[in-house]
Amino acid sequence: MSDSPRTAVSNPPTQPMASNLGQQDLVRRSATKDLPPPERQLTPVAKLIDVSKCIGCKACQSACVEWNDTTPAVGENVGVYTNPHDLTENMFTLMRFTEWVNPETDNLEWLIRKDGCMHCADPGCLKACPAPGAIVQYSNGIVDFIHENCIGCGYCVKGCPFNIPRISKADHRAYKCTLCSDRVAVGQGPACAKACPTGAIVFGTKDDMKRHAEGRIADLKSRGYANAGLYDPPGVGGTHVMYVLHHNDKPHIYADLPDEPKISPVVQTWKGLTKYVGLAAMGFMAAGSLIHGVLARPNRVSKEDEENAEKLVEKVVAPPEERV
Amino acid sequence: MVERVQPGDAIHPGKPVTVDRYGVGARINHWITAASLILLGISGLALFDPSLFFLTALFGGGQNTRALHPWIGVVLFLSFFIFFFQLWRANLPAKVDWVWLSKFRDIIGGHEENLPELGKYNAGQKFIFWSMTFLILVLIASGIVIWEQYFAEYITIPVRRIAVLAHSIAAVLIICIFILHVYAAIWTRGTLRAMTRGSVTGGWAWRHHRKWLRELAGQRKIGPAE
Repeated sequence: MSDSPRTAVSNPPTQPMASNLGQQDLVRRSATKDLPPPERQLTPVAKLIDVSKCIGCKACQSACVEWNDTTPAVGENVGVYTNPHDLTENMFTLMRFTEWVNPETDNLEWLIRKDGCMHCADPGCLKACPAPGAIVQYSNGIVDFIHENCIGCGYCVKGCPFNIPRISKADHRAYKCTLCSDRVAVGQGPACAKACPTGAIVFGTKDDMKRHAEGRIADLKSRGYANAGLYDPPGVGGTHVMYVLHHNDKPHIYADLPDEPKISPVVQTWKGLTKYVGLAAMGFMAAGSLIHGVLARPNRVSKEDEENAEKLVEKVVAPPEERV
Repeated sequence: MVERVQPGDAIHPGKPVTVDRYGVGARINHWITAASLILLGISGLALFDPSLFFLTALFGGGQNTRALHPWIGVVLFLSFFIFFFQLWRANLPAKVDWVWLSKFRDIIGGHEENLPELGKYNAGQKFIFWSMTFLILVLIASGIVIWEQYFAEYITIPVRRIAVLAHSIAAVLIICIFILHVYAAIWTRGTLRAMTRGSVTGGWAWRHHRKWLRELAGQRKIGPAE
């Protein structure tokens, strides 16, 4: 069996199979310093979302809800196609619809972007997470939340450059797209990719997806989209969910997709410098006190101090006769 | 005019003389503040560095630690600021504080005879008081901003990032101040009883806060002998 699936279109085998993705494949584990190196290197996988092929049918959203057995609340129509209005703990992926007037052509372009976890090679959520093992990264690139270890602090929300994790108000745990790690573990591609009717979502090894994207980009360029390109942002080490964008020079027009995503320097300072300097400062204070306590003599009240106080008080309580 | 004497402070003649420094309400409040600060320190450190995550076991696991920490913070904030309004006047800086501070070597060496006479609080105590005040304000404000359960939806993520950084820096500083406060109270023998029994000996007051003692005597704030 190959270590990772090459495609999302194959049908599942009928015989039961063991999971091919486990603890031994972890390359990162949140709040864990001494993680043993993985026993093998899985082939990096990726999901490629070609926004130019997307028709906005939301089959991917339905498939995601089906497979992950979530129940998003019944929404309210506020006059836009985006539904629900945001990612939630029950909606791991969301088609975001943007009406954009291209200033060069004066054409209205209806941009549809399937939002969800990008599975960063350098995941900000994992960096921020304080709970050991609540967020893990496998050697095939999947970043997954292990809910039983999650404490619901919301640090992952602050760490994520894409505003993806959502904390459930019901069980106080963080949720997001798993890249269908449970399907990938048994040789299947993600449910959204399987359901996509136009092939806008494809899945395979990251190398294959990059190659596939090259063909798509060449095609788009031949159709006048000079700035078509692959969104695989280097600021987060590349991602295992990539987009083909017809306007790759301005990702922000696609419902605020970050132009140059990276882990916020504020988060880096919080998780880096503050921690080391902070622990050192507290240790220094504690050690300094201890050393002073051992080496310096305690500051004791002397007998004369007590006598002086008594004299002072006596003078007030029993004033000299002549003053009356 | 700096208020050095506070309502409730009184001298009791005897051998030794005792001086009331904190009433029973202030003492209870102090220990609520102290307990909250310690619990906050432990639960906060547990989420600050993975090597300390095991401390969450004291609170019944990570989920409980996450849920309890902010509420303990609210208790600390309330108890500290009741305390604050009782003490702030006596902690206003005075000229003599600079003289006292300039003799740093005599302070840590315990050569009190070289130091000027002081009111109810010395510059070190005032520094701790105002540092605690400032840091608790930073901590409660930033803490509410990052209180995921109730306030996440009202605050943008960039603001939350700044708040969590400010919260952790303020927390480190307040733990340092806390260590200084506890150590100073232990090193300066005879201080702890001010927060347990509420009084100090006359000798302690003479040695460390002579102006305060003189003022109490001068105002004839003298209670029954002990």
